[in-house]
Amino acid sequence: MNDSIKNGKNSVSSFFDGVRDRWANAPTWQRYTVYVLLFVFALSLPTLPLGPIMSPHVDWPSLLFFPIGVYVLLALGLNIVVGQAGLLDLGFVAFYAIGAYHLAYLGTTFDWNFWVIVPIAILMAAVSGVVLGAPTLRLRGDYLAIVTLGFGEIVRITAMNTEAIGGTNGIPGIPHPPNIEEGPVLFGVEIFKYGLLDSAPYYYLLVVLCALVIILARRWERSRVGRAWSAIREDEDAAEVMGVPTFKFKLLAFAIGAAIGGATGVFWAGKVVSIVPQDFPFILSATILAAVVLGGSGNIPGVMLGAFLVAWLPERFRGLAEWRFMAFGAVLVLMMIFRPEGILPSRQRKAELKEGTGGMGSMGAEVGGPDSGEPVEVAK
Amino acid sequence: MRPRIARFGGALAVGTALTLGLAACGGGSDTPKQDATGGGDAAAPASITVGFVGDLAGDNAAIVIPPRNGAQLAFDEYNAKNPKVKIEFKAYDSKGDASTAANLVKTAIQNDKISALIGPAFSGESQQVQPILEEAKIPSVSPSATRTDLASKGAKYWHRIVANDDVQGPGAAEFAGRAITAKKVFVIDDKSAYGQGLAQAVAKTMGEKGAEVQADSFEATETDFSAAVNKAAAFKPDFVFFGGYYAQGGPLLKQLRDKGVTGRFMSGDGSLHTKFIEGAGAQQAEGTLFSCPCKIAYAFAAKDEKAKTFTETFKTKFQGQLPEIYATEGYDAASTIIKAVEAGNTTPEKINEFIATADFEGLGKHVKYNPNGEIADTNVYIYQVKNGTVEAVGNSKDATLG
Amino acid sequence: MLRRPAPFRLADLFASLLPKAITVTEQFNNLIAQFWPTTVDGVVKGAIYALIALGYTMVYGVLRLINFAHSEIFMTGSIGALVVVTTLVAPTAGPVTGLGLVGLLLLMAVVSMAASGGMAVLLEQIAYRPLRKHGSSRLAALISAIGASLFLMEFFALVVIPWLFDRGGQGRNQIAMARFLEREEVFTIFGASVSNNDLLILAAALLMMFLLDQLVNRTKIGRGIRATAMDPQTAVLMGVNIDRIVRITFLVGGAMAGIAGMLFLLKYENTRYNIGFILGIKAFTAAVLGGIGNIRGALVGGFVLGLVENYGGAFFGGQWLNVVAFVVLVLVLMFRPTGILGESIQQARA
Repeated sequence: MNDSIKNGKNSVSSFFDGVRDRWANAPTWQRYTVYVLLFVFALSLPTLPLGPIMSPHVDWPSLLFFPIGVYVLLALGLNIVVGQAGLLDLGFVAFYAIGAYHLAYLGTTFDWNFWVIVPIAILMAAVSGVVLGAPTLRLRGDYLAIVTLGFGEIVRITAMNTEAIGGTNGIPGIPHPPNIEEGPVLFGVEIFKYGLLDSAPYYYLLVVLCALVIILARRWERSRVGRAWSAIREDEDAAEVMGVPTFKFKLLAFAIGAAIGGATGVFWAGKVVSIVPQDFPFILSATILAAVVLGGSGNIPGVMLGAFLVAWLPERFRGLAEWRFMAFGAVLVLMMIFRPEGILPSRQRKAELKEGTGGMGSMGAEVGGPDSGEPVEVAK
Repeated sequence: MRPRIARFGGALAVGTALTLGLAACGGGSDTPKQDATGGGDAAAPASITVGFVGDLAGDNAAIVIPPRNGAQLAFDEYNAKNPKVKIEFKAYDSKGDASTAANLVKTAIQNDKISALIGPAFSGESQQVQPILEEAKIPSVSPSATRTDLASKGAKYWHRIVANDDVQGPGAAEFAGRAITAKKVFVIDDKSAYGQGLAQAVAKTMGEKGAEVQADSFEATETDFSAAVNKAAAFKPDFVFFGGYYAQGGPLLKQLRDKGVTGRFMSGDGSLHTKFIEGAGAQQAEGTLFSCPCKIAYAFAAKDEKAKTFTETFKTKFQGQLPEIYATEGYDAASTIIKAVEAGNTTPEKINEFIATADFEGLGKHVKYNPNGEIADTNVYIYQVKNGTVEAVGNSKDATLG
Repeated sequence: MLRRPAPFRLADLFASLLPKAITVTEQFNNLIAQFWPTTVDGVVKGAIYALIALGYTMVYGVLRLINFAHSEIFMTGSIGALVVVTTLVAPTAGPVTGLGLVGLLLLMAVVSMAASGGMAVLLEQIAYRPLRKHGSSRLAALISAIGASLFLMEFFALVVIPWLFDRGGQGRNQIAMARFLEREEVFTIFGASVSNNDLLILAAALLMMFLLDQLVNRTKIGRGIRATAMDPQTAVLMGVNIDRIVRITFLVGGAMAGIAGMLFLLKYENTRYNIGFILGIKAFTAAVLGGIGNIRGALVGGFVLGLVENYGGAFFGGQWLNVVAFVVLVLVLMFRPTGILGESIQQARA
């Protein structure tokens, strides 16, 4: 068809394609070197003298922890649900809340150690994902969207109305991870000293968690599970016919996503000392979803980039005061118009998008446009 | 060809790694150790910075901007006297969000090196910021955070210049019991940390006084309060108390009156704003009572010469704005810090020591803090809407309705 | 140092999860005592929900898109109606009567419909049409909608409201409308008072719904809308101009939201920049409850939601209102996965 136009428009993409080819063909040791370098780079971020450039208005290590680190992790979790399995979840914040509340409640009531609560909270978040998913995952896309949205609100309002978990006052006095006094020092930061002023040690925890999540997510993506997810995303009926137990895999995606959301909640609550139900509004779910799609749904580096931008830009431009949220809204619209596949889309997703709809189904009434290119498949 | 390029790439990568690693380490060790406490330096600096954290652009900004302006006025007056140590005043907008407030306070401490903080404005924010201030040893005076349990955490650097909800609630209830002799009381709250605490305190005291009490709540995002209103209409109370902010309070009163709930309406400091009258409509708002552990300058202007002067100065400085709720408290909080600096205390530690011993007559009240950070003055004042404006009725202990 | 909460007892947790579990009879008595007033309020609220839900459901039916910015279209309508009132009625003028009242109401309706309809068409043109032309995924369209929603809210708070109502930098405060229609009880049902205001809102809403139903089911435009919703490819072959149909769909859905905005203003007499947010979510819930894409479903869903959440609020306490609404939604979808009336515009006809 009109490939020339497409190529011209996507010269940026073709540059990335080149980079990606090199990357895909690079020897393993090179790739691992880069992975390690990236990890070290991420660890060094709070102490690199970037503060004045990256964050003139807010303390840079604090910003790295929240919102940047937290958003990146949440986006990685949501990416498994939305990007991999193609399930539209508008209530992801619920799992984040469940993780945080577990730490807060167990930590303040029983004085349990932070590290004991972490696995419990993650497990409970995963269980709540299954509990929510079991009755609702048989619903189609948009019904699932509103039901998950409702679930997010139910969790928040229930927390607000339940005095046993602090009600509207939330829970103060949440324990930090245990300190290691005189612990090792990295980049001038005592990395195991979990105080209140220095956010860097908490940020390191998030980086490690993030690395773990990425490794696991990559392994799932390339396994039978990942292939099942992309089959479901592409065409659920066809996948079912081919013998993929779609419900089971959708539930798995939900549980894994929920576990990651819960883990993020625990580590976040481990820093902030007190939580209140208002920390978990619907708009946070929407923001994380925006981050996933903006960055390139389904592609881990893209999703991380998207989350970084969504978290960082409004804080970087605090100087613009109130105008920054208006600008953020406009940027979202413009990005979706000019690069609907996201900043760094995954290759597979791009191919899917070119052919059809990229899994989530297309809008109706899309025929008759000047550059829809391919003739419409009438037989369906 | 390929292997060579690959090897080159690898070498490049390792090289970059080393450089980066070195840079990182270098960056780390070069960063000067930040001295958050300010040390015990004897030489007085030319100026110190005082921060303000609160919702300046969010949904409840209308009750946070006045204390900001009040504090601004106090510092401007002080700096105009050309003192030895000038005070820079810097406001941070948290939009009322606790996590944002915590991040901003860290910034204020580490980047802007504030010596003292006025705020945070709300109780939710205070809850998260309090331990940070404690660790950084920065004194704070909040002009408006009234939730009771904030003072029960043993914080040494935290103070507030308003009495808490456990003072205001019984104060309001005592007044209502005496001046209105309410028998059937309906209490509504907006599920905010502030509103719920206040409403519960009122309900408790009224119940102890032998009144029949019923209660309901709604979420602050709602606009339709029919669940609470219908419940009230069925109960037919002669006194309705609302714990919450003006944005809901005004429309709530209107909906109550439309459903034929005629009992006397009263609310706390969060609703004490001219926007309340606008939201309820002047006709419905007439006669509404408010309690506040604060002295609102313009409402007291007729009774108090100091309040009158302050109102005039404030209006001149801020383009005709009235010194709404907590403007006086913002001014007094700033005065506390100014007194400390005038006495030669410029480090956070010293200022904190001074605050503990502060004892002077402020604009709105006698300023003296208890060891737990609470203000010693526990007067609660009653206000009433008359002819479309808020007027002072008097102290809750002895005020009567004319 | 830290205040320790009371020791943990499972019984406490359950007791607080089921608030006042012991006083169920008392709660029932509450509900019975307030049943009819609650019903009247629920119906009026439901009418407003239904009008907003119509916009969601029409756009969904035609485009398979959750128009997240529809809540801001509703807000635009309420602002438009408010401008008419503040311009024509002095705050202290007292009630308007007779022909003046009719004229004022009609003008409010026209202005709010024009403002909302215009905003909806503009939104479609800018935020959705380019995506539709690329054949983008619905996810991209949803994000575009969320972005547009955020943009419009902030734009109104920062630019439009300060400019229209001359409020300096305080565009986030709510703006109250002076009461120009004195509320009088017209009749009572089982002791519940029904005011002229309630009747006016209900009548206007039902009239608009009837007109919309006629438009969709009896006119050529309506046939085009139904055809596009059913099968856009075939509709094109049959000579339907899809772009035009989509534009009309947004215009009509927007106009409905505009009327809803005006009626909302009449009932609650205030509005603000983010007024649409919670109402939008509720109305979307109503649309799904009735069967999204189905116009009569939106009506049913709106009334059901308005009633059910009011009863729930009366029974459990107002703070549980939204939980009741969403739990009912989940339950309905579990047993009727496509909503009460099933989906799709064309089915509504049968």
